[in-house]
Amino acid sequence: MIERLKSALGALNGPNTYGNSRAFWVLFVVGVVGVFAYPMATGSYRAGQASLYLLYGFLALSLCFIWGYCGVLSFGQVAFFGLAGYTFGVVTLNFGAGATVPAALAGVVIATVVAAVLGYFMFYGGIRDVYVAIVTLAFTLVLYTFMAQTAGSEWAIGDARLGGFNGMPGIPNITVGGTALSGETFYYLVAVLLLVTYLGMRVLVNSRYGRVMVAVREDEDRAEMLGYNTKFVKFAVFTFGGLLAGISGMLYASWGNFIDPSVFALSFAALPIVWVSIGGRESLIGAIGATFFIERLSQELAATGSEWALVVIGALLLGVILLMPKGFVPMIDSYAKVGLRWLKKKRGKSEKEVPAVDGD
Amino acid sequence: MVSTTAPAFVDIFSLVNLLLQFLDSFAFLVLAAVGLVVIFGMMGIINLAHGEFILVGAYATTLVAVAGAPFVVAVIIGTLVTAVFGILLERSILKYFYERPLDSMVATWAISIMMIQGTRIYFGNSITQASTPFGSISYGPYSYSAYRVSLAFVSLAVLAGIYLVFTRTEFGLKARATIQDADTARAMGVNTERIYVLTFGFGSALAGLTGALYAPTLSMSPEFGQNFLIEAFVAVVVGGASVVMGTSLAGILLGAISAFFSNVYSTFWGRIALLAAAIIAIRLMPYGITGVIEDFRDRRAAGMSVKEALRIPAIGVFLGFGGGKND
Repeated sequence: MIERLKSALGALNGPNTYGNSRAFWVLFVVGVVGVFAYPMATGSYRAGQASLYLLYGFLALSLCFIWGYCGVLSFGQVAFFGLAGYTFGVVTLNFGAGATVPAALAGVVIATVVAAVLGYFMFYGGIRDVYVAIVTLAFTLVLYTFMAQTAGSEWAIGDARLGGFNGMPGIPNITVGGTALSGETFYYLVAVLLLVTYLGMRVLVNSRYGRVMVAVREDEDRAEMLGYNTKFVKFAVFTFGGLLAGISGMLYASWGNFIDPSVFALSFAALPIVWVSIGGRESLIGAIGATFFIERLSQELAATGSEWALVVIGALLLGVILLMPKGFVPMIDSYAKVGLRWLKKKRGKSEKEVPAVDGD
Repeated sequence: MVSTTAPAFVDIFSLVNLLLQFLDSFAFLVLAAVGLVVIFGMMGIINLAHGEFILVGAYATTLVAVAGAPFVVAVIIGTLVTAVFGILLERSILKYFYERPLDSMVATWAISIMMIQGTRIYFGNSITQASTPFGSISYGPYSYSAYRVSLAFVSLAVLAGIYLVFTRTEFGLKARATIQDADTARAMGVNTERIYVLTFGFGSALAGLTGALYAPTLSMSPEFGQNFLIEAFVAVVVGGASVVMGTSLAGILLGAISAFFSNVYSTFWGRIALLAAAIIAIRLMPYGITGVIEDFRDRRAAGMSVKEALRIPAIGVFLGFGGGKND
């Protein structure tokens, strides 16, 4: 029994994730406890506000997964995010608060299907590298243009008016078992979902599938020569990324009770890329951590009312990308490894033994 | 810009209107894209601050023109200021990103938000606009800004200029050599670092020129450059990496589609048609028009006749069987 549990936990660790040591997991548990204790310390209202950072975590994970692990840079994650949010809004405004769970599912399904269609067009069309970024960016801007011009009353789906730049107000909170989740309860919903998703993705990227993804990232032609259907791998990864972004967008619409075309704007489209590059694009935990940090910081800066907030954020980004090319977590990880090696060497010398080779 | 929501009647006036709208769309697409395409096609950097380079050109031009200088002088100054600005940015920041094209998107995005906000802090939400030269052409019930139409000819001149720079000058030769194989070019004595600086400066100047030319026609706000982004990226997707052929053919194709739909339905449908065309183009021509031209050349080089080389199995490509450059 214990053996089986151990091997199940072993699936969480592997060469494709940063943080496989006991020290990491201890810190991780402390972090998770901190996240779950947060509402008790600050109250329901603040927790509700903070759920935004948690739900953005899915959006960050979606990009981290396809860019960091499969080497496909997508500018379009916010498109799936926005589509899921709009779908959630349209369904709930038509069928009322009782339909929020089906609406949430519909949002995620729409995002996934659209990602699959776009992914099919791109990857089976032979588009690679930086062209994927351009195509996904163009796709996102298409949606922006479209949604921005839907202010007229003819742009309505049932009772839900799309509303152009004014957006779609009055979207109900997600309701489970008759209770509308907001504030603290919504926070816990998102936190649990995010925790489960994170652990699940760790298992996934350390599995055989994860290794194939990394093979495609490292050398697509070689992976293809070895017999892997790289187009299908990228298509599948992109579709799954759309699903994650969809979860994020559906939660966003429920969180703010509102959605507008700014979710398709270039300024928002670039955010996931910013989070993931700063956290470390090959690190799932880095993506989530950077999302919390950057969004919190920009919120705090914006709350000061200073017009310099955006300039500070831009400068910070530029500094990080210049000084830490691989991102924050990989940098910390390499420092930690150097430190450990040094400690081992020192201990080895004092015991007059040959220092053990660190197998990473 | 004139947009009519009424259906077009087949008369001479609406045909003239359609033609002028086409010229306007063509000019806008080409001018919005050229700076971006030069920097992307030649250096592989996707410049997300492209709109803000346009902004620099527009603001410099407007400030000079409002101060009393003739418009042509203002345009030249605006273009030069943007070129200098681009070169300074390249030397201080972007030169660290040549090996990291994806990181360069993050860096240029950071530059973009800093510039938009910086402009807002320094100049406020708008500045006084330069007046539009020329006036308008009237015909029947319609009228059209003569200046906007004349930009079509300017855009053709710009394309011709780019073609000449890259094919007839020493800089162009060295630039193309550097793009094809930087190591070999360096071994042959080309100062590739300098070529990168100059190419970036050239691309920036083109973006600045675009801003300068459109400064009198669009409202001057810190988001000025954002007006151009959609058209610029769509033109890059459809045109591909080749500056002259790709961009001009994309301009013709997309300009025609956009003008037709704007004229017959509305400006809104014109934009949607533009974007739909871009999506279809992606599937049929993954590397844009440039890719199709290269394919054609490759097939000719492989000994096919013109007729054979032109035959593109469109339906097969659409369904995902073969076709495309790297299949």
